Amino acid sequence: MATFSDTGLLLLITLIKIAVVVSVMLTSIAYLTWLERKVVARIQSRWGPCRVGLYGLLQPLADGIKFILKEDIVPVEADAFLYWFAPFVGFILAFLSIAVIPFGESISIHGHTISFQITDLNVGLLFIFAVTSLGVYSIALAGWSSNSKYPLLGGLRSSAQMISYELSLGLAVVGVVMITGTLSLRGIVDSQAGFWHIRGLNTFIPHWNIFVQPLGFLVYFTAAIAETNRVPFDLPEGETELVGGFHTEYSSMKFAMFFMAEYANMITVSCLATILFFGGWHGPTFGPYLLRALLPSFWFCLKLFCFLFFYIWMRGTLPRFRYDQLMAFGWKFLFPAGILNVLATSLVVAWTSSS
Amino acid sequence: MIPIAHVLALSVALFVIGAAGFVFRKNIITVFMCIELMLNAVNLAFIGFSRYLGNLDGHLFVFFVIVVAAAEASVGLAIIIALNRNRDSLNIDDLDSMKM
Amino acid sequence: MLILFYVCAVLAVLAALSVVAQRTPIYSALSLIVVLCALAVVYLLLDAEFIAVIQVIVYAGAIMVLFVYVIMLLNAGREEPSQRSRMARWLGAPLLAAFLVEILIAVWNQFPAGNSRPAGVLNAGPAAIGHLLFRNYVLPFEATSILILVAIMGAVVLAKREF
Repeated sequence: MATFSDTGLLLLITLIKIAVVVSVMLTSIAYLTWLERKVVARIQSRWGPCRVGLYGLLQPLADGIKFILKEDIVPVEADAFLYWFAPFVGFILAFLSIAVIPFGESISIHGHTISFQITDLNVGLLFIFAVTSLGVYSIALAGWSSNSKYPLLGGLRSSAQMISYELSLGLAVVGVVMITGTLSLRGIVDSQAGFWHIRGLNTFIPHWNIFVQPLGFLVYFTAAIAETNRVPFDLPEGETELVGGFHTEYSSMKFAMFFMAEYANMITVSCLATILFFGGWHGPTFGPYLLRALLPSFWFCLKLFCFLFFYIWMRGTLPRFRYDQLMAFGWKFLFPAGILNVLATSLVVAWTSSS
Repeated sequence: MIPIAHVLALSVALFVIGAAGFVFRKNIITVFMCIELMLNAVNLAFIGFSRYLGNLDGHLFVFFVIVVAAAEASVGLAIIIALNRNRDSLNIDDLDSMKM
Repeated sequence: MLILFYVCAVLAVLAALSVVAQRTPIYSALSLIVVLCALAVVYLLLDAEFIAVIQVIVYAGAIMVLFVYVIMLLNAGREEPSQRSRMARWLGAPLLAAFLVEILIAVWNQFPAGNSRPAGVLNAGPAAIGHLLFRNYVLPFEATSILILVAIMGAVVLAKREF
């Protein structure tokens, strides 16, 4: 059994990891807003934030101060407890799913192995889906507790969209789980090490799952964009459609929490796409021990950044779906595509494992 | 590590609370939620015994109970919606037209 | 571990009392979600990791969403006290209390406190459950898939607006 000092050390290391991950997440959410405004502005031939600080880099700080100092308006008819509760729940759940995501290799210091992951559950993938399922409540309750037409409609539409696309999200990763044979995220990344070998010859293509699960990746990414309520699936919160959707009646800090939760969900979903389909933190490593320990995390962040840039690029480029088109797309196209992917993958896995 | 008696005590407590709600409450949706509470109490008993006996059959049973509860909840709520549309009331005292 | 079990047990019982005692259905639904999540943690403590996650995904994340939608759509408000007879209350409460005490005594006699019988580490991961589900229990599995199909059709037909 572990002695007291072992448990105490484990607790201390875990608390340090949590502090690091939460602070990095909060900073990256803030600068993701900056990146989004800059990139969308450039796509639209204008400057974006450029006044506050060099290149507008202090804009998130200014926005944060603005949100804290703004007046917090609560509608008289709103259900007080739920009105306060919904954004908090969304915010907390968005940060809960980061707990199982591996950011890099394990390093060993003084004989203790420290992995760049807060905890590795052997049902880690399902844990992320569980947290996503609970995230529907924050939107539905926000819409209902505001006791007003636009938020109610926006909240119901948005939560109906989220639960419809959750199905396709789950189906898309079934193919990956069948190929890898494990639900643990670290196990899935570990199975993507090295290169593909065809008949003993080393092709220099990395052993990533994207090359055997292209349809799965497309279904996953489309469902993920719909899950996080981003363009082109952001009808429930588009300003020109339903005023503000479920967050119409919210102001200052609670409104900011909805947006932080949305960006945190975006980051989580992009992390998951990297881990499931693009080899996680695998990439060329070289050099002295310190470099070799940090380089995998750098590759992970690079791939993550590509996905986030792609999200923002789509926001600047695509128009949004109408609500009935959105639901028809989710149920009549994406869900059958997911099932087809599962069928095809299971056939291939059964064929190759029996021969 | 966790004594089976404590797990079963929790399961019975939840079941009795659910039964009390089922008997005492008048809003039909709340009554339905108390039924779900009783089902969950039974699930807990199954998982507790499955661990006590070292057998995975309890987990399978819980899996099927959850699936059947999902089907039952969807049909039950559809019935409640239809009832509300016809009688404009969610109070079970108003749903007594089959009484003699 | 045992402390976490007691914390979750107390939380589950308090939330269950809240389900029964709240006047507004939406708060009852939220309390039921708390009960489900507390029970999921208890399942994790009892080595049932797959069932714990399935409970949160399916029960707390889908079935309760259905409940919350219906409550929102029907705009179920506060419940007024009943005008009918209180006979159920006067008869029911002592009977339920007697039932509770009787079962607790039966449980305590059958499983004395010291007898927890760890029975080794139960391998309840998805692979083990999958093996059991698709070999021994494949008939109930197929039957429940037909059941879900029937339930979907039934729900759509029953809740449809007659034009």
